[in-house]
Amino acid sequence: MDFQIALMLGQDGIVNGAIYGLLALTLVLVFSVTRVIFIPQGELVAFGALSMAALQLGKTPPTLWLGVGLGLAVLAMEGWRAARGRQVEWGSTLLWALLLPGIAALWSLLARPTGLAAQTVLTLLIVTPLGPLLYRTAYRPLANATVLMLLIVSVALHGVMVGLGLLFFGAEGSRTPAFSELRFDLGGIPLTGQSLVVVGVAALLMLGMYLFFERSIVGKALRATAINRTGARLMGIPTELAGDLSFALAALIGAISGLLIAPITTVYYDTGFLIGLKGFVAAIIGALASYPLAVVGALLVGLLEAFSSFWASAFKEVIVFTLIIPVLWWRSLRTRHVEEDE
Amino acid sequence: MKYFKHTLVASALALAGLAAQADMTVGVTVSATGPAASLGIPEKNTIELMPKQIGNQKVNYIVLDDASDTTTAVTNARKLITEHKVDVLIGSTVTPNSLAMIDVAAESSTPMISMAASARIVEPVTDPKRKWVFKTPQNDIMMAVAIAQHMAANGVKSVGFIGFADAYGEGWLQEFQKAAGIKQLNIVATERYNRSDTSVTGQVLKLVSARPDAILIAGSGTPAALPQKALKERGFAGKIYQTHGVANNDFLRVGGKDVEGTLLPAGPMLVAAQLPAGHPVKKSATDYVTAYEVKFGKGSVSTFGGHAWDAGLLMQAAATEALKKAQPGTPAFRAALRDALEQVKDLPGAHGVFNMSPTDHAGLDQRGRVMVTISNGTWKYLSE
Repeated sequence: MDFQIALMLGQDGIVNGAIYGLLALTLVLVFSVTRVIFIPQGELVAFGALSMAALQLGKTPPTLWLGVGLGLAVLAMEGWRAARGRQVEWGSTLLWALLLPGIAALWSLLARPTGLAAQTVLTLLIVTPLGPLLYRTAYRPLANATVLMLLIVSVALHGVMVGLGLLFFGAEGSRTPAFSELRFDLGGIPLTGQSLVVVGVAALLMLGMYLFFERSIVGKALRATAINRTGARLMGIPTELAGDLSFALAALIGAISGLLIAPITTVYYDTGFLIGLKGFVAAIIGALASYPLAVVGALLVGLLEAFSSFWASAFKEVIVFTLIIPVLWWRSLRTRHVEEDE
Repeated sequence: MKYFKHTLVASALALAGLAAQADMTVGVTVSATGPAASLGIPEKNTIELMPKQIGNQKVNYIVLDDASDTTTAVTNARKLITEHKVDVLIGSTVTPNSLAMIDVAAESSTPMISMAASARIVEPVTDPKRKWVFKTPQNDIMMAVAIAQHMAANGVKSVGFIGFADAYGEGWLQEFQKAAGIKQLNIVATERYNRSDTSVTGQVLKLVSARPDAILIAGSGTPAALPQKALKERGFAGKIYQTHGVANNDFLRVGGKDVEGTLLPAGPMLVAAQLPAGHPVKKSATDYVTAYEVKFGKGSVSTFGGHAWDAGLLMQAAATEALKKAQPGTPAFRAALRDALEQVKDLPGAHGVFNMSPTDHAGLDQRGRVMVTISNGTWKYLSE
């Protein structure tokens, strides 16, 4: 192995690491706000990529109907709750369950977009509402359950969504055209425009998330919810809306990740799970709490993967997932176990 | 009049009852979901094309999905045998599932026809359990020899290998090493990857730095396009060979212009329309393609479904013989069916001409494969 190969592997590792990083961030976000370990995050990645591929083939992505169906289910659930005298936040309900899926449906049925930019926006519009809608149907009724219970729901939801993915998109994978066909050499290292797009978009999103959480009032409210749910509620922060928002962000970022990787690799209905799992390894390195550590962990996973695929390709997955053991061991040495009191 | 109507209904019911009792039942387990779904779905569709009647005998099909999972395949096989009393088992789609079903088939003395490729399913034939087991796809060694032959004939001396890190890739590596040994080809690098991998840059860099004349990619379905795309991206100019596992149209769709010029061995039905008029498989392969496309739409056929079709042809040929000897639903019928399967001679199917014998439960010879290349986004027959 010479220096040039090392640089190429490094480049490959950073590109993949950037995607894992985005997923790790959403996992940390969702977990800290709602205590849900959001395993189906990977499926949202696949849904984003495959919806885009379907749009490019001139088909209506079936995920649209999932969004519309879930929207109607949520409307019915909220109606039922209202009828039983519970307070219902109708503004956000109508936004997620009716307005966004409705716009997506009208747009894709009446004026099917043909440009790359318009298709991208439509894909995001289709996939993003899935986050809060899934949260409202699957998790919110159990908002006070234990982390373990919520994890079990996640596993079940993952199974359902993989099945739906197979039903919607079939067993074979798809690719989408690159956002940038640029190719050039930098000091002898071939670079592709798409890999720069991936790293650039990931960096922008991370910066955006940083500003959102540090500077905006909504972001601060989310952080407050993550730190202390009861305290946040006492300060007048609607913690249920925080759940909606964190799941919407997770779905949005998942869909963007899907759009970023679809030109690099073939995406299958079940591709998302393994990508999500690697994001999870990265999030664990950040103890499901620290955003910067999760990003560092993601880059570590990406680089480890790239180099182990060169040296010992048969054991690549083993090496990547074994990484989690020393990390957990180190974590468990450093932290005291705190009894959950909610 | 009313009385007459009653007797009519009663006698019709009685007749139906009698007929149902003597129906022949075929139990099928395919991997219609899970990782092998792209193989299992065309197989499942093909079952619908199988004859509903053999001779005067009505045939019932019970199709179960094993989700590409070994445990489920075994459960399905048990269920089919104990609950539905099937006369013959067809399945499963993939090798691990088929291997696990052998025990169930053997202990209940039910003949089984697998649609998975590995030679280990039917070998060694001397094993008393494998007495009951037959399979339709070509043995990998046949395909590996075809590749090695083509390489040697085209001046290839050194070969790089990249395959799935699973039974498919490992099996191919073993078979190809044998074939390469015969043809004196030098394997200079062997790499693995997973079908779910999003990047194979590391493996490809290593392959390219070994400077082979040709590279063989042992993957099935669309995941096999990933290394080929990466090789093109890194400027590899040598020949690229694939295995017959990629022979479906989705591979062409996903691979696009990067898979132009790929060489692979395949069952003759892939290029049925292009086969020369005298080819022994031309008619039987075209029959299947026509039957499938009439029902499921033009361009929908895939070679994997052809293995199910061949299983159906074998079953039909053997059942015709066995029905002369015993009644369906009895152990005697199952034994007669097994014996008849072993006696099938010169049966042209979608993938070749079957000649079963007590020492060969796969039955295909070199008529069961052709070399194919990809040109202008379609499969093109290469005459040898």
